[in-house]
Amino acid sequence: MAHNIIDVRNLSKSFDISSKESGLKGTIKHFIRRQTKSIKVIKNISFEIKEGEIVGFLGANGAGKTTILKMLCGLIYPSEGSILVSGDLPFRRKENFLKNITLIMGQKQQLIWDLPPIESFYLNASIYDLDKFEAKKRIKKLSEMLEIDEELFIPVRKLSLGQRMKSELLAALIHEPNILFLDEPTLGLDINAQRNLRKFLQKYNKETNATICLTSHYMKDITSLCKRVICVHEGAISYDGKLELLLKKLSPVKEILIVCRSEEDAIKLENSGFTVKNKIKNEITIKVENKSITSSLKTILNNFDIEDLFINEPPIDEIIGRVLIKKDYDI
Amino acid sequence: MISNLINRKLFTLLKVQYSNMLEYRVEIALWAISGIIPFFMLNIWTNNNLNESINISDVLLSRYFLCAFFVRQFSVVWVVFSFEEDSLLGKVSPYLIQPINPFFRYFAQHLAEQITRFPFALIIAFFFFILNPESIWIPNLGILFFSIISTFLSFLIQFLIQSIVACLCFWTEKASSIERLLFIPTLFLSGLLAPVVSFPEYVKSWIYLTPFPYLIDFPANLLSGNETNISGGLSMQILWIFLLFPLFKKIWSEGTKKYTAMGS
Repeated sequence: MAHNIIDVRNLSKSFDISSKESGLKGTIKHFIRRQTKSIKVIKNISFEIKEGEIVGFLGANGAGKTTILKMLCGLIYPSEGSILVSGDLPFRRKENFLKNITLIMGQKQQLIWDLPPIESFYLNASIYDLDKFEAKKRIKKLSEMLEIDEELFIPVRKLSLGQRMKSELLAALIHEPNILFLDEPTLGLDINAQRNLRKFLQKYNKETNATICLTSHYMKDITSLCKRVICVHEGAISYDGKLELLLKKLSPVKEILIVCRSEEDAIKLENSGFTVKNKIKNEITIKVENKSITSSLKTILNNFDIEDLFINEPPIDEIIGRVLIKKDYDI
Repeated sequence: MISNLINRKLFTLLKVQYSNMLEYRVEIALWAISGIIPFFMLNIWTNNNLNESINISDVLLSRYFLCAFFVRQFSVVWVVFSFEEDSLLGKVSPYLIQPINPFFRYFAQHLAEQITRFPFALIIAFFFFILNPESIWIPNLGILFFSIISTFLSFLIQFLIQSIVACLCFWTEKASSIERLLFIPTLFLSGLLAPVVSFPEYVKSWIYLTPFPYLIDFPANLLSGNETNISGGLSMQILWIFLLFPLFKKIWSEGTKKYTAMGS
């Protein structure tokens, strides 16, 4: 059984923020006597993540997802509580710990802008104490997986966003970290590039059993990569569990569009006790609870003359959108 | 561990930063030309016969300012500005979670630029000698060796001072304003505008207690063949490095606890 690789207990983080009123008066006041207040952005959260798990952090902008990732990778110091990542205290930034993790931020880059990515890869390889032979082997393997063999020798500034992101990923994975912190890795990428990146992450996780913590506003990233999600609302955890369960909880009904052979059949169906959403001529849309979908379909097919039938899932973005504004999900 | 760092990490950093610097050939040439303040000062000194008041001949003075130019070329530091920008824009975040202190990147960047500047500095020196043929001299190998060491130590002192100031970014965000304050004593007390020997005796005794005269004045006097206490000067440079390094380590360790990774 996989052990906990990340253990977070009662974690909180506060930032001192200065505020300024608008206008000249506000500016002068701000210059003479600065008003600062402490804002608690992460509020007493606890969770564990097992080795090899892929966990998605969901939340609205400013909910605290990125702050959590930054604390997990040791970039920022927690105000209260404890974090253990792979047995280490992240903020101590010990060499062994740093060699075990990586952080990829969709909107930030570590590649040297004017040089081809290969230069940054060899630089990272030497920073992580890899010899040239090993570095070459890993660059070859990862560039094949990411399909960027030809782009390795083109200056970063001339690469497309997708190619740059793949190169960033290669630079961040050259030391084969066991724990990946990905903050919106598909930000700004086109649909194909997003899909390729997701495929790569799935493969990387499968091959290396790496643990992946991911934040993304693209629901496809979450649904195709993560079995487990942690929903963050105003710095607190509103849900921690299986994505499937969350979706079931938030969307307990499915819509079935039934095309009857005649309008009479549609009228008969309308009066047969189903919850009807709407009816246009011989087409009728009913709402059925997830748990009774099979029995309902049986009843409809046995008792009515049906020409066609469609089962509609509510859009996942819409469901998750509800999570972002709700404080607590008791499942 | 330290030898591994110097052998592999720093060498690769230097190689990569040098490749990066070569992408900016024109900029490097312009930066090299922009460091010609000592030549302006030489002009002011000689045109006004100011050197007579300190008993230095025209030739020795011109050599001093040429050496000051050279020392300045190989010891100029801008880490506070680079770090401040990277810190404010969140660019420093990926470097912070790598197993090497980010300041090694800046250190390599500076060394790489010094190597790139070298040919341009030689060209400027060539033109200087064409205009002032009486100033031509060849320092002996021993003096040249100690001058190179002392110029490198001067670079280390300036790099440490600016790195300490740069770390204040963790508290103030605009640490470069503090650096501006330091720029004034650096300009006047380092020997860039005037050899420290030209200051009144009671001022000199105080100046020599600060790190400033060891930044330009000491290495420039050493290289130009002016009378100077080599062992005393080198010892003071090493002493300042030993004082500044732990201070940098402390402020770095406290500062990173304050880092908020804003902009990322």
